[in-house]
Amino acid sequence: MKYSALSILRQGLSGNKGWQPAWREPEPKKHYDVIIVGGGGHGLATAHYLAKNHGITNVAVLEKGYLGSGNVGRNTTIVRANYLLEGNEPFFAHSLKLWEGLEQELNFNAMMSQRGVINLYHSDGQRDAYARRGNAMRLAGEDAELLNREQVRELVPYLDFDNARFPVHGGLMQRRGGTARHDGVAWGYARAADMRGVDLIQNCEVTGIRREGGRVTGVETSRGFIGCNRLGLAAAGNSSRVAEMAGMRLPVESQVLQAFVSEGIKPFVDQVVTFGAALFYLSQSDKGGLVFGGSLDFYNSYAQRGNLATVESVMEAACAMVPAVARVKVLRAWGGVMDMSMDGSPIIDRTPVDNLYLNCGWCYGGFKATPASGWCFAHLLATGETHELAKAFRLDRFSHGYQIDETGHGAQANLH
Amino acid sequence: MASLITCPHCGVRPKEEFTIRGDAKPVRPAPEAKFAAWDDYVHNRDNVRGVMAEHWQHVGGCRRWLVVERDTFTHEVHSVVDAADYARARAAKPGRKAAPAKPAKAAKGRGMA
Repeated sequence: MKYSALSILRQGLSGNKGWQPAWREPEPKKHYDVIIVGGGGHGLATAHYLAKNHGITNVAVLEKGYLGSGNVGRNTTIVRANYLLEGNEPFFAHSLKLWEGLEQELNFNAMMSQRGVINLYHSDGQRDAYARRGNAMRLAGEDAELLNREQVRELVPYLDFDNARFPVHGGLMQRRGGTARHDGVAWGYARAADMRGVDLIQNCEVTGIRREGGRVTGVETSRGFIGCNRLGLAAAGNSSRVAEMAGMRLPVESQVLQAFVSEGIKPFVDQVVTFGAALFYLSQSDKGGLVFGGSLDFYNSYAQRGNLATVESVMEAACAMVPAVARVKVLRAWGGVMDMSMDGSPIIDRTPVDNLYLNCGWCYGGFKATPASGWCFAHLLATGETHELAKAFRLDRFSHGYQIDETGHGAQANLH
Repeated sequence: MASLITCPHCGVRPKEEFTIRGDAKPVRPAPEAKFAAWDDYVHNRDNVRGVMAEHWQHVGGCRRWLVVERDTFTHEVHSVVDAADYARARAAKPGRKAAPAKPAKAAKGRGMA
């Protein structure tokens, strides 16, 4: 069923009784050309582009819970392409271009809103660093604008510009960045993939990876053995556990990141605004709630919840940047399990095991990467060759000294 | 995670006094070890889901390095020992690289996440 204004009108007039489920609930077949482990944003996008770009439709996506139950439904919905390094920026630039056409492509309202992303700077040194970053973005064909203090004040008047410790000197603006409805993205990809014949199998946990002669031949699951020619892992925070089933140890640590939403208030925050003095990012959802988050909790965790000490530091950053929010009540807080890689950049690559492909290490930047991640991972799974845009995201880059370390923190996963 | 951690030197203290470094299991290779051993030590992780021994530092107290056994899924803290004691216990049992050290007598850090 194609969604359109007309279909809403027609259904509205007939009591909304004619809506069909957005995807089937098929029984797993005995064998697929490609199996993707993980029914989150990246896994579903991969399935969609496998079918759409490469014509491979004998595909299953295996999800241990329900579709979109992991990080794609737990993030702060920010879409941006403001990276510095060569290995990253062209990939994220492509992702942003895919975001711009996503809703038409999927025939699904993902509520993509290009409201602009502003990264504030608070010192001369930071301004220089952002000028450099902006130049790098423009070299990759992205938009970037260095705003001075008065230009920022015009757009975001409610900031504490004269904060004694961190006065706002200006910001780096990417106007094409913004937010999208995170669940909608997962559902849109799921529906589009399903319509092309991909089997989305929920409540199906992978418990083992069967190998014969060094080649993957299928997966053991809670719903029995399923054979495949090629296996793609897109398990985010659980990547290490799935890869372990194939005898691999990954350069990844799973850590918890918290996010928060406030009670609904009138339109107040028009863009996505990030604090340059501490890791803090703020936007406002269409329902009116302020959506914000900060740093990791800084310890290994597979629990989708965090600690109060981090809650407190996030609230402090919020009040330092926007004192007016001090009286707004927090409605909900939750955590997601991040696959923190050793250089802060992702991995989309073959593995030492034949027929096994890996997509992980997204740290806390996975949501905005969803379309390009699916695009490049589908290319890898279909052709066996790395996509041009993902050629830096190699698994063996760590042992060869080709890390893509945006923050320059070295092999300390929680500092990226 | 437990709000209170029992430091073997300082007693019961709020957990905000501690910082967490990460997995205590990997052992630094000898300087002349093969490249692959160093690569593995620096980059690869077991990334345990369950009980894991971690290096913590009591920065807001005695500043000693500690080894804390903590569950990465429930956030429960099982034991806290001095890192030197842990290393000695591990060296005494070379066959078992990840052997948990015996908790010191003061180590009763516990509590639910």
